[in-house]
Amino acid sequence: MTAFLAVVRRDLLLAYRDGAGTWTVLGFFVIAVAVFPLGLGPEPQLLARVAAGVVWAMALLAALLSLDTLFDADWRDGSLELLLSGELAPEALVLAKALAHWLASGLPLIVVAPLAGVLLHLPGNAAPTLAVSLLLGTPALSLLGALGAALALGARRGAALLAVMVLPLAVPVLIFGAGAVESAMLGLAAGPGLLILGGIALMALAVCPFAAAAALRQAVE
Amino acid sequence: MGKAIAAMGGFLQRQAQPARVVDLCGRFLPFAFALAVICLAAGLISALVLSPPDYQQGESVRIMYVHVPAAWMGLFVYAFIAALGGVGLVGGHPLAFHAARAAAPVGAGFTAACLVSGSLWGKPMWGAWWVWDARLTSMLLLLFLYFGHAALTRAFDDPRRGDKAAAVLALVGCVNLPVIKFSVDWWNTLHQPASVFKMGGPAIDPSMLLPLLLMLGAFKALFFTLWLMRLRSSVVAARLRAAAARARGAAWR
Repeated sequence: MTAFLAVVRRDLLLAYRDGAGTWTVLGFFVIAVAVFPLGLGPEPQLLARVAAGVVWAMALLAALLSLDTLFDADWRDGSLELLLSGELAPEALVLAKALAHWLASGLPLIVVAPLAGVLLHLPGNAAPTLAVSLLLGTPALSLLGALGAALALGARRGAALLAVMVLPLAVPVLIFGAGAVESAMLGLAAGPGLLILGGIALMALAVCPFAAAAALRQAVE
Repeated sequence: MGKAIAAMGGFLQRQAQPARVVDLCGRFLPFAFALAVICLAAGLISALVLSPPDYQQGESVRIMYVHVPAAWMGLFVYAFIAALGGVGLVGGHPLAFHAARAAAPVGAGFTAACLVSGSLWGKPMWGAWWVWDARLTSMLLLLFLYFGHAALTRAFDDPRRGDKAAAVLALVGCVNLPVIKFSVDWWNTLHQPASVFKMGGPAIDPSMLLPLLLMLGAFKALFFTLWLMRLRSSVVAARLRAAAARARGAAWR
C-alpha cells in the first residue's frame, strides 16, 4: 500500500511541478467546446440540443490527449523497469498510474464541465447529472487509456495509434454518459444510464489493470 | 490422461515446425478451395435463383445471403484472432501470431462487406444508407477494432512486440462481440432481431435457411482458403528474412 501511494504521490508531484499538464488538458477542453457555437451558430435551442454530446465527446478527447505520456517518460529513462521489478505488482502499478492520471486530468474536467455546459446553454437541471456521469465515466477512460498507453509504448506514431485503439473501446462510455445527461435534460430518469456507466467503469477496473500489466511486461522484455 | 496430453503437445510441437507448416498449408489448400467453390456455386444458385422472394421485401431479400454470412464471419474471425492471440501469449509459439496476422485483414474484409451490403440493403428497405442504431454502431466498432489491431501489429520495429500487444488488444476487444450479438435484443432497433440462432429454433423458412447455410459454408471455406494462403506466405517470408539476415551476417564476417 505504501508503494502504491508512493507511485500516486510521485506522479501527482510530477504533474504538479510540470505545471502545464492539467492546465493544457483543461484549456483544450474549454476551447474545443467553445469551437462548436462558432461552427454551428449561436442559436440557444440548437446548442442546448447538442450540449450533452459535445461536452462528453470533448471530455473523451481531452482525457485521451494526456495519455501518451502516462508510461512513456518512465519507459525512456528506465524507471519503469525499476518500478516493475520492485515490490509493487505490475497490476497495482497500472492502477496507481491510472488513479494519478484521473486525479490530475479527470477530476478537474468534472469541475469545469458544468461551466462548459453553460457555454452551450445546457439546461441547469441537467448539470448535476453531467457531473455525476463524468464522475462515473472518467475513471473508465483513465483505465482504458492506461491500457492503450501501455500497449503503444515504444510504437511509431504512438499518439495517433493510441486514439485508434482507445476510441472504439471508449465509445460505450460516451454513449451512456451523454445518454444519461440527455435523459435528465428531457426530464426522464437518468438512473439507468448512470448505472450502466458505473458497470462499465467496474468492468474496466476488473480488466484493464491485468491487460495493461501484460503489455508493460512485453514493453520492458 | 497426462501422457495423452503430453503426446498431443509433442505432436503439435512437431507439426509447428516452419517447413511442416508450409507443407500442411499446401496440402489443405486445394480441399479448402474446392469446398469454397462448390459451396459458393450451390449457395449462389439456390440463393439467387431457387429461393423464393420475400413476401414483404421482394427480391432485395437476396442481399441477406451475402450480408448475414459476412456478419457472422466478421465476428467469428475476430474471436478466432483473439483465441490465437491468447494461445500465442500463453504458449509463446510464433506460429500462433503468424496465424493471427494472416487472419486479421480477411476478417476486416468480411466486416466491411457486411457493412457495405447492409447499407445497400438499408437504402431500399429503411430509406437510409445508414442509421445509428445499436447493431450498426456495434458492427462499425468491430471494424474500428480491426483497424486498431492492424495499426498496433505494424507499429513496432520488432514485429514480435506488435504481435503480442495486438493479441492483448484483441482479447480486450472481445467484450464487443456479445454486445453485437445481443444488441438487437437489448435495444429497440430498426435492425431486425435474431432469426436463426435463437431459443426455440430458427424462425426462417427452410427454403431460405438452406441457401443461407450454404453461403455460410462458402464464406467459411473461403476464409480458410485465404487464411491458409496468407499463413503459408507469412511463414515463408519470415524464413526468407531470417535467411537473408544470416547471409548478411556471413558476408560481414
